[in-house]
Amino acid sequence: MLKIENLHARVAGKEILKGLSLEAKSGEVHAIMGPNGAGKSTLGNVLAGRPGYEVTQGTVTFDGNNLLEMEPEVRAAAGLFLAFQYPVEIPGVNNTYFLRAALNAQRKARGAEELDSMQFLKLVRERVKEMGMTPDLLNRAVNEGFSGGEKKRNEVFQMAVLEPRLAILDETDSGLDIDALKQVAEGVNRLRSPERSFLVITHYQRLLDYIVPDFVHVLADGCIVESGDATLAKELEAHGYAWVRDRTPAEAQA
Amino acid sequence: MATQPGEVQAALSRRYGAGFVTDIESHSLPPGLGEDTIRALSAIKEEPEWMTEWRLAAYRRWLKMTPPNWAHLKLGAIDFQAISYYSAPKNKPKSLAEVDPKLLETYDKLGVPLHERAKLAGVAVDAVFDSVSVANTARDQLAKVGVIFCSMSEAIREHGDLVRQYLGTVVPQGDNFFAALNSAVFSDGSFVFIPKGVRCPMELSTYFRINAGHTGQFERTLIIAEEASTVSYLEGCTAPMRDENQLHAAVVELVALEKANIKYSTVQNWYPGDENGKGGIYNFVTKRGECRGDDSRITWTQVETGSAITWKYPSCVLRGDRSVGEFHSVALTNNYQQADTGTKMIHIGRDTKSKIVSKGISAGRSQNSYRGLVKVEKGALNARNHTRCDSILIGKKCGSHTFPYMEVKNPTAIVEHEATTSKISDDQLFYCRSRGIGEEDAVSMIVDGFCKQVFRELPMEFAVEAKKLLEVSLEGAIG
Ligand SMILES: Nc1ncnc2c1ncn2[C@@H]1O[C@H](COP(=O)(O)OP(=O)(O)OP(=O)(O)O)[C@@H](O)[C@H]1O
Ligand SMILES: [Mg+2]
Repeated sequence: MLKIENLHARVAGKEILKGLSLEAKSGEVHAIMGPNGAGKSTLGNVLAGRPGYEVTQGTVTFDGNNLLEMEPEVRAAAGLFLAFQYPVEIPGVNNTYFLRAALNAQRKARGAEELDSMQFLKLVRERVKEMGMTPDLLNRAVNEGFSGGEKKRNEVFQMAVLEPRLAILDETDSGLDIDALKQVAEGVNRLRSPERSFLVITHYQRLLDYIVPDFVHVLADGCIVESGDATLAKELEAHGYAWVRDRTPAEAQA
Repeated sequence: MATQPGEVQAALSRRYGAGFVTDIESHSLPPGLGEDTIRALSAIKEEPEWMTEWRLAAYRRWLKMTPPNWAHLKLGAIDFQAISYYSAPKNKPKSLAEVDPKLLETYDKLGVPLHERAKLAGVAVDAVFDSVSVANTARDQLAKVGVIFCSMSEAIREHGDLVRQYLGTVVPQGDNFFAALNSAVFSDGSFVFIPKGVRCPMELSTYFRINAGHTGQFERTLIIAEEASTVSYLEGCTAPMRDENQLHAAVVELVALEKANIKYSTVQNWYPGDENGKGGIYNFVTKRGECRGDDSRITWTQVETGSAITWKYPSCVLRGDRSVGEFHSVALTNNYQQADTGTKMIHIGRDTKSKIVSKGISAGRSQNSYRGLVKVEKGALNARNHTRCDSILIGKKCGSHTFPYMEVKNPTAIVEHEATTSKISDDQLFYCRSRGIGEEDAVSMIVDGFCKQVFRELPMEFAVEAKKLLEVSLEGAIG
């Protein structure tokens, strides 16, 4: 589904990703861990097509197509979703209205029927219930005045409505209370299917107790320095990143 | 680089949708201005002697005045002798059936289906085409409750006493250069009278269009709300594409007596000139409302996207005790447009309150200024004002300016001013796009959100129109 090869990317003139390779097949959940400033969010932004993130080398294909050539909205319509580490506020724009515009724009791009307000409301109500969202948040402006946790939950709620085929969750667990963490994990697990893949960026093993990944990768200094199964996360939790560095000095400095 | 300058810019430079000229023969006075022209104009309109004299008095004042140059605008000299001061469709129809089909077609293109709209939305439409009202509906219904809604010309002939009593009492002849000119040569406009205790049964609406070439438009509108009456008036305008700049200098006067409530909403979409700043309407309007009676209220709501140059400060004179003035404004400028708008709130009575919400959107190479005056007179005990000015910039070549003036002569006054300026943030834009929303739709969505507070003040169908207008005006604006 997603194939990243030797990806180099610069932000503000500085090289952040330095030859990153990663492949995620349909149905797989990949956890990405790594120290602060390693380039995890940069990876998410490059994949989502954020302007200003300049790819200098390497390739990324999504379902065999060159992802890097697509506009961000085209990537979204193709089924890519990024749950932001810091979701932005859009004052005055109603949350439900926004989500409907997004869903219908995607459907239109895919040649599917747009949903009318009744159909959309029905869908939204179901998702609200599943996600344990406060319905009140739907009637407020996008993320405006939302608490940190509410913003994160709103991201996952959007994901549940948009039903992407590849979802990148950037520290969606940070700042969540215990119940919210479970609900977010359930939201992800509910979407898990042989057709969907996830990249879950996190600092905490705890999330991975709920969303059990097929693979765990360590991203340090712009590339993947270690990959393993779910047990790798536990070892990281126990030993810290220094442990990875000590084990694979050559790769970490590559 | 984040969003490329070209991208928002590309989305802003869409051609003006209402640019077409209707081919109807006009009956016009030759260009030029003098006492003779004014007498001729007054004669064509079959006005009483007092009106002719009133115009001449204004003209003599105007001759001694000079055009203002203090506004934050770049303005070429206007040749007042090159303008024709009267033009009207030749055969004045008595009913909709008699209206030139081409004219109706024009309204259709603009999305103003007179009959349907009037019936469906319960709106009485008094359409001003060039200088003379050519269509007027729903008057019978209004007449039943004693509401007068007619053209100014008709009011001068049929309701002379009312006009004479109130005309020029809010905006005096010598108030400013353009008001004086308007007083001398005003062609037509709307007259509204709501008698004591009456709640006007429908929204009143007038559509203005500027059509014949070289024709300055000098509308004159007078709205009188007697004690404890209520009225909501909607004004909308859009003009066809034109090569020369056209002058527009309207005067609007509102009088609210005790406990009366006037809501005046405008959606303004005059031709702003092309991407290079050529053509377009010069819009110099004097709009003022007086809360003459205690506990009266006047609310101005405006959405401005048009004109090459706009110079406009709808104002409230809060004379009655506990009277309230509000001003809600969205002003969008693009390309080479220049707007200098704002409001004046003059607190005279005790416990008077005013509220100002201004949202400025600048794109292209446009300049968007808010200029507001809050004045609290000596006797205005416990006056309150709250002003909020937000500006949003699209691209790097435009400008936004805020000039808040305060003159407070009573120490019990509380005058608050908040101002913010922001760019349409790349983060917001990317957030929308990452959800599948295209760039243009994202910009108009963000701008619409930014304007929400003001749109809420507009009557329902106007809010929809205003939103559409912003979308059209913003196409090609990303940068
Ligand atoms: N717009 C930018 N301008 C300058 N530097 C940037 C920019 N964006 C990211 N960086 C830098 O790139 C590096 C990687 O940042 P990134 O956000 O990808 O890290 P991360 O792995 O997500 O970290 P964290 O765990 O703290 O979220 C950091 O050193 C950061 O300062
Ligand atoms: Mg990060």
